[in-house]
Amino acid sequence: MKKKSIRNLKMKLALFSMMIPGAIYLIINNYIPMFGLQIAFKKYDYSKGMWKSPWTGLSNFTYLFKTKDAFNMTRNTLLYNLAFIILGTVFAVAIAIMLNELRSAKAKKLYQVLFLIPYLISMVVVSYIVFAFLSYDNGFINNSILLPLGAKGINWYTEPKYWPFILVLVHLWKGFGYSSIIYFATVIGIDSALYEAAVIDGANSWQRIWHVTLPGLKTTIITMTLLSVGRIFYSDFGLFYQVPQNSGMLANVTQTIDVYVYKGLTQLNDVGRSSAAGFYQSIVGFLMVLLANFIVRKIDEESALF
Amino acid sequence: MESMVSHNKIGQAIMHIICILLCVACIAPFVLLITSSLTEEATLVRNGYSFLPETWSLESYLYIARKGATIFRAYGITVLVTFIGTSVSLLMTIMFAYPLSRKELPARYPLSFFVFFTMLFNGGLIPTYMMYTNTFHINNTIFALLIPGLLMNAFYVIMMRSFFTANIPDSLIEAARIDGAGEYLILFKVVVPLSVPMIATLALMVGLGYWNDWLNGLYYLTEPKLFSIQNVLNKMVTDVQFLQTNASSVAATLDTSKLPSVGIRMAIAVIGAIPILLVYPFFQKYFVKGIVVGGVKG
Repeated sequence: MKKKSIRNLKMKLALFSMMIPGAIYLIINNYIPMFGLQIAFKKYDYSKGMWKSPWTGLSNFTYLFKTKDAFNMTRNTLLYNLAFIILGTVFAVAIAIMLNELRSAKAKKLYQVLFLIPYLISMVVVSYIVFAFLSYDNGFINNSILLPLGAKGINWYTEPKYWPFILVLVHLWKGFGYSSIIYFATVIGIDSALYEAAVIDGANSWQRIWHVTLPGLKTTIITMTLLSVGRIFYSDFGLFYQVPQNSGMLANVTQTIDVYVYKGLTQLNDVGRSSAAGFYQSIVGFLMVLLANFIVRKIDEESALF
Repeated sequence: MESMVSHNKIGQAIMHIICILLCVACIAPFVLLITSSLTEEATLVRNGYSFLPETWSLESYLYIARKGATIFRAYGITVLVTFIGTSVSLLMTIMFAYPLSRKELPARYPLSFFVFFTMLFNGGLIPTYMMYTNTFHINNTIFALLIPGLLMNAFYVIMMRSFFTANIPDSLIEAARIDGAGEYLILFKVVVPLSVPMIATLALMVGLGYWNDWLNGLYYLTEPKLFSIQNVLNKMVTDVQFLQTNASSVAATLDTSKLPSVGIRMAIAVIGAIPILLVYPFFQKYFVKGIVVGGVKG
């Protein structure tokens, strides 16, 4: 009996010991920075570091929210994310349903594989591709489309009005393969008996999609949307920083919270406002996750994350 | 009945056309990138980037082959970082996820929450940056490309834990224990061999993350000797921007001729992306599987 309990203890110790490297990493990479958020209430002094800099109360925040940047970056982050969530979901669900309706299994697979290609490439390379299309002097659109049509070339990188469309397009292009694969996997998992029953009841393809496929996708759509709503205060830094090539004239429509925080830290040397913006993002972002989960819990408990 | 069949055929044809157009939209931009890199410089300046250049030329690639010491170096760093980072990451993730999947682990739920919570809340760039630079001094070391953010991801830990819970039977572990095997032996001789496809999927996703990462280099590196290929690409954009915005005042101090020409820049972008595009067809099954497993359960 005693021998057994010793063996049991050894087993537990062995299991714990496996987790040590990962636990240390999570503490350093994730947990210490959480406590480091206090820097938003301090006047950062490089020589004293994050923990010993003197407190300043709320001055970083009053300083930040006095600027028009605060409103601007919040608006950009929220509106782009909203557009991504709505258009991205509709687009990906439509493609997943279409893949499911196709009869050729080979074609289905080939399309899936090709749709995923943009997802695999880094945002830096994507920014080069966008540049190949939009460059004023050498770009494909100006040189091969607009000029031959007799139109004047557009200076894309200095004209803010085009960028909301460009950024949404690039986001959809890069991400639709990924999300349509997730939805398609769910569609495949729908019980085929439901389709057979629908056919016996005389349902046509549209009715089948409406009454069987879409309800079958409901939980996945809710989960995916919930995850996106939870991240609605965050943006893909690469998309908003690399793709517009950090063009100052576009800042009004491309500056999201992440871009502002980065620029404040590295270029403007404005750690105070930058850290206040970072704190604002972390806390409101966290509240959004809790709120989104709470709402889903009310509607459909099984779809909730926790 | 007849009309329904033809109606269906039309429907199928329309869907194929839409899908094919989408495939073209996915691939054409890469084709433009590649043809641009293969265009003769004078043609590029005259006609811009195009799908069918008037004059083809390998000059950009030959130039890189001749003078591209920085490119080769950056390439070596990307390969090295991807290899080391992925190996260490796999080991850490598996060793963290396996105990979480065992019922015998005390405090299993608090420990799972410890991982899960990092997906809900984080400190963001500023505290992370200050900690890594002020406390750990990883700026301008190779560790900057390996450690921050990428080494172990809660999402992948949870994905692996779910896999182990669902696919490794308790009886198997019990049997190995009765035979006197220790936990490490069980993990590496019993559990890992049974999980090869899932581990391969994880390896591809983590490896892709390392290969494509440019953020860590942007945040923590100023020393060009340590740049990965993505950082080199990023730096070229910054330099060109800098030249354009400060054209008159700084042109004298910054040597314009050192900046790669428009064609060469595209060639470097191709070199940065091509390994993924070449490897992908052989491993696409695992990528698709990884997305499905991660997306639905995560």
